[in-house]
Order: sequence, then C-alpha cells, then structure tokens
Amino acid sequence: MGRVTAVTSFGRNGLYDWLFQRISAVVLAAYFLFILFYIVANPGLTYVQWAGLFGSLWMRIFSLIALVMTLAHVWIGLWGVLTDYVTLRLLGGFAPALRLALQLVIFLVMAVVILVGIDVLWR
Amino acid sequence: MKISSVNNRPVNLDLATIQLPVTAYVSITHRVTGVLLCAGLLFMLWMLALSLESAEGFAQAQGILHSGLGKLATFLTLAAFIYHLVAGVRHLFMDFGIGESLQGGRAGAKAVFVLSAALILVMGGWLWAV
Repeated sequence: MGRVTAVTSFGRNGLYDWLFQRISAVVLAAYFLFILFYIVANPGLTYVQWAGLFGSLWMRIFSLIALVMTLAHVWIGLWGVLTDYVTLRLLGGFAPALRLALQLVIFLVMAVVILVGIDVLWR
Repeated sequence: MKISSVNNRPVNLDLATIQLPVTAYVSITHRVTGVLLCAGLLFMLWMLALSLESAEGFAQAQGILHSGLGKLATFLTLAAFIYHLVAGVRHLFMDFGIGESLQGGRAGAKAVFVLSAALILVMGGWLWAV
C-alpha cells in the first residue's frame, strides 16, 4: 500500500470499503432482481406500463439509490482490481500515474452516468 | 514507501505456472464478471434511457434487445450478473462464518459454479423464448 493507493479508495479505509461493498451489494441484488422479475412476469410489457413504473416516486427513489450504490460498488471493485494489477511490480514505474489516470477516466464516466441517470429518472 | 526493497524480493505470481485451486477460479471469475458488468450496465442504462424516452423509443429499445447482437449483449450481461450475484452471496455466507474452512471453501466454490451455471442455462432458455 502507498499513499496514492489509500487515498483513492472509497471510504479512505479498507474496513469502510469492505462494509459498504456488502451493503451496496444487498441493495443492488434487491433492485436488479426486482427489475428482472418484473420483466419476466410481464411478457407483453407496454410503454405505458413501463413508463408508469418508472414514473412512480418510489421507483424513482429506488432507482436513484441503486444508481448511486452501483457507482460506489463499481468504484470499490475497480479500485481492488486496479491496485492489484496496475502496480509497480507488474508494470513498472509509470504504474501509479497510469492507475490515477484510469481512475480519473472511471470518475468522469461515473459523473456522466449519474447526470444521465437523474435526467432519465426525472424527465 | 520502500519500493526498492519490495522490488528486490523474489516474487512468483506467474499464473501460467501455478496450479490454482477451485476457490481461486471462483475469485477471478467474480472479478472478471464485475468488470464485464460495468460495460453491461452502461448498455442497460442506454436501453433504459431509450425505453423511457417515448413510445417510439420503447419500440426502438425492444428492437435492439430482440436483435442478435442485442440478445448476445443481454445474455452476457445477465450471465455476468447471475455469476457475480451467486459468488457475492457466497462472500456474505463466509462473512457470517459459514464455509470458511478449507473443505467449506472448496464446497462453496463448486456450489457457486454449479448453481450459477444452472441459473444461466435457465436465463438463456427464457431469453431466447421471449
């Protein structure tokens, strides 16, 4: 571990990351299984029905929570992957800079995703 | 950071020369499916945005999801989701102290592969039936 590694984690601390990864996982399992079962249970799904589901306040809130949890879960997960594989030992001296650059790209994609997500949910 | 002293230590993590246990395959597949899901979720978010845009957008999203490439993308996303979920549930069990022994870890790892493969087959059957 180095400072650059620790400071780019989600909760600045492995224990928080560990706990949050599990809390978000349970919420995401509930959300995506709900969507999946909704689609399976409604074979002749229409636009009116679909838009009605996502137009309800509880579904907008549930979806926004799921979106935020997804981004946090992805950040923690990819942090683990990047700090394991984009390392000095595997890639050499430019690894920390490359890892930071990759994390910046991930952050920018996430910023776009959250803005698009809010726009889609509250259109 | 004592980088030089770390670099001087002999390290063998050449995966091609190491015989990995089944638990390691469960772990690396959990990671691979997690990275795959990042791409899958971007695709699904695009489909959600399109489907909620208008009735025409909804029909367009249906068309994309029913096309060969759309079905393949959906299958890969859902397969990654199913595996990632099942392997994640195993993690939760182990957090509660269930399946943490060597024997339990191996049994759980095999269970993850068997259960997720069965669920992926069911999902694939459903996907190409609708």
